[in-house]
Amino acid sequence: MSEFLDILALSVKSLVSQSAVFFALMGVGLNLHFGFTGLLNFGQIGFALLGGYGVAISVSMWGLPLLVGVLIGVVASFVLALLLGLPTLRLRADYLAIVTIAAAEILRLAFRSTPATPVTGATRGLSGFGQDFYSLAPFETQRTYEFLGSTWTGREIWACLIGWILVTLFSLLIWQLMRSPWGRVLKSIREDEDAVRSLGKNVYSYKMQSLILGGVIAGFGGMILVLATGSANPDQFQNANTFLAYAALILGGTARVLGPVVGSMILWFIIAFSDAGLAALIRNGLIPDEILSAPDVANIRFILVGIGLMLLLIFRPQGIFGDRREIVLDAH
Amino acid sequence: MDHERPDVLRSPHPGGRGQWAARILVVAIAGLAVFLGMSMATQRPASAEGETIRVTLATSLSGPIEGVEVTVTDDSGDEVAQGDTDDKGRFDAELPGPGDYTVTIDADDLPEGVSAAATERQVSVAQAEVERPAFGLSDGSTGGGGGAGRILQLLVEGLRFGLLIAICAVGLSLIFGTTGLTNFAHGELVAIGAIVAWFLNVDAGVPLIAATAIAMVVGGLVGWLNDVALWGPLRRRGSGLVAMLVISIGLSLALRYLLNIVFGGRSQPFSDYRGQRANDYGPVSLTDKDLYSIAISLVVLVMVALMLQRTKIGKAMRAVADNRDLAASSGINVDGVIRFVWIVGGSLAALGGVLFGLSDEVSWDMGFKLLLLMFAGITLGGLGTAYGALLGSIIVGVFVQLSTLVIADELKYVGGLLLLIVILVVRPQGLLGSRARVG
Repeated sequence: MSEFLDILALSVKSLVSQSAVFFALMGVGLNLHFGFTGLLNFGQIGFALLGGYGVAISVSMWGLPLLVGVLIGVVASFVLALLLGLPTLRLRADYLAIVTIAAAEILRLAFRSTPATPVTGATRGLSGFGQDFYSLAPFETQRTYEFLGSTWTGREIWACLIGWILVTLFSLLIWQLMRSPWGRVLKSIREDEDAVRSLGKNVYSYKMQSLILGGVIAGFGGMILVLATGSANPDQFQNANTFLAYAALILGGTARVLGPVVGSMILWFIIAFSDAGLAALIRNGLIPDEILSAPDVANIRFILVGIGLMLLLIFRPQGIFGDRREIVLDAH
Repeated sequence: MDHERPDVLRSPHPGGRGQWAARILVVAIAGLAVFLGMSMATQRPASAEGETIRVTLATSLSGPIEGVEVTVTDDSGDEVAQGDTDDKGRFDAELPGPGDYTVTIDADDLPEGVSAAATERQVSVAQAEVERPAFGLSDGSTGGGGGAGRILQLLVEGLRFGLLIAICAVGLSLIFGTTGLTNFAHGELVAIGAIVAWFLNVDAGVPLIAATAIAMVVGGLVGWLNDVALWGPLRRRGSGLVAMLVISIGLSLALRYLLNIVFGGRSQPFSDYRGQRANDYGPVSLTDKDLYSIAISLVVLVMVALMLQRTKIGKAMRAVADNRDLAASSGINVDGVIRFVWIVGGSLAALGGVLFGLSDEVSWDMGFKLLLLMFAGITLGGLGTAYGALLGSIIVGVFVQLSTLVIADELKYVGGLLLLIVILVVRPQGLLGSRARVG
């Protein structure tokens, strides 16, 4: 019983922990791309990688201040969106999907390659760039705190706090944007591109703006991730994470401002619960080692997310809060 | 996920790096060489005890090089280990801890005709990891000297790799052509084929050729199952393109990580046809398995082309790809044709997986690695056209190999993916595609 309570406490913690923040930010960006504009970006993790490494490289390799690092991260995500958008935004949805997933993989492979060691630290990654960030905290970050039935380090609390502030700000921004004429154009592009074009709007330019803004939001997600974990490592930015963000977005409700936020919290509750629960079942011998061993548990989440994505898309594409009429299911 | 693997093996294409390099340069690159290392690869420890630097000196002509003095010094210049390579050309230096080390080999101890690109290497060793520094040994054999010989060698390598991609990609392209689905889970069909063959070959002792035949049957079954259980019903419901894309991604994720659990995180070679020496054919040198890989790919692809061109089902496939409604109204059983495409695509993917496993070892995520190159090939050739996929894949394979002339070997797939992006800028419909498909 006490073990169950521990698992529950851990799961409750992950409702608001750094992973939930990271995927909420990725999801808010994706929501702008996929939910509101109808762009199928399969490389969201690439934007997060550039944001995260922007901070990590500027601070720990070049010795620049944190704020400059943040700026570099933002610019890097911005440039990636431009580079990806230029060739693909005129083409059909699956081209953008293929190009973005390829670009994210290119970035990860390039950042972890040996020739990149002097800049990115290759597979070992970078660390020791968080001091400035944590010295901003108004409370003691070195000690631990009891909170929501689980133990938090001061650093975790600070990183998550800033993360959730960012999530709130970006959600408010998206909410306001979607009420504005700009947002209405985006939604009309999603519904019928040709109709928007016939009204004299530059569809290409709107799509590009959407891709850039969503990408930059994911860049901020990457910054929170590397600051919260204290290290930037290429393998934190596996392409599978893009689809965790999709799962969070679709679960919560695509084209709803709070969809990705709520979705990310629920997704991480489920993941933490199943991770800890499976680990406990293996530990107590309820699942024999031959079927599943402890190191396999981390893979189970991707299997669950994969199956979950399929089931959601087949049976309930609008997720929890979405409106089926607003979901892009077909390409024009 | 795969934290227990030594660092070098976490490279995006484990093992393959060593083997490619070995054959490209016709010299074995120390340490990474699957070539000679194959004999011990299955016994690779699950996790290394402490930090180790493993030096392996061998070339394809001389074999393992024994008795070369190796010295390891730490970053303050103090010597931490010294010794000679053993009869397997190997020297293991146990290190006092993680950190930066310098490894030096004594070039005077190398046999006649063998030269090293560098005799000193800086390595960073992380906690509990085994580092394998490479010294770029060259035995002066064909192609090793660079220039025209090397380009020719890389062209042949690229042809082999491109044909392999084509075998995998033909199914993907035909499925796209007949159903409009961009199947992100096609890579997993490749990996399933290779892994089935691996279990049969290594665990059950079935000879690889028989194992491959069984794997192709299993691949066909998996393809059939794909259509019967998932894509057929979705098609009948009229699911949209985007919904199907995301579903295929979900399927790919679920299968890929299931394979990780079933197969394990490390890459493993088949037990047959290991450690073959390269034979010289004029200016190019190839191992027997490379040669057979090229031959098998060519024969299979010609058969596919003949089927498409001459047989009734092949014509039906092209008809469905061209205009589904027209095909249906002229009495073609569209669903039957699509099911057949899935079966053929699945078994071809399985064959491609085995061929890739033969050259680069089998791994759980090999499918995803190949998937992006398949997309590159298909996009280059023209989405949905079978011959375009063939042509595009070969160009991508050759490009990937030739790119190692200018970029690091481990980045060669990056070159292939960049090519994909460039194609979309310059000619989005591909070489053989029509403008109408671009959308």
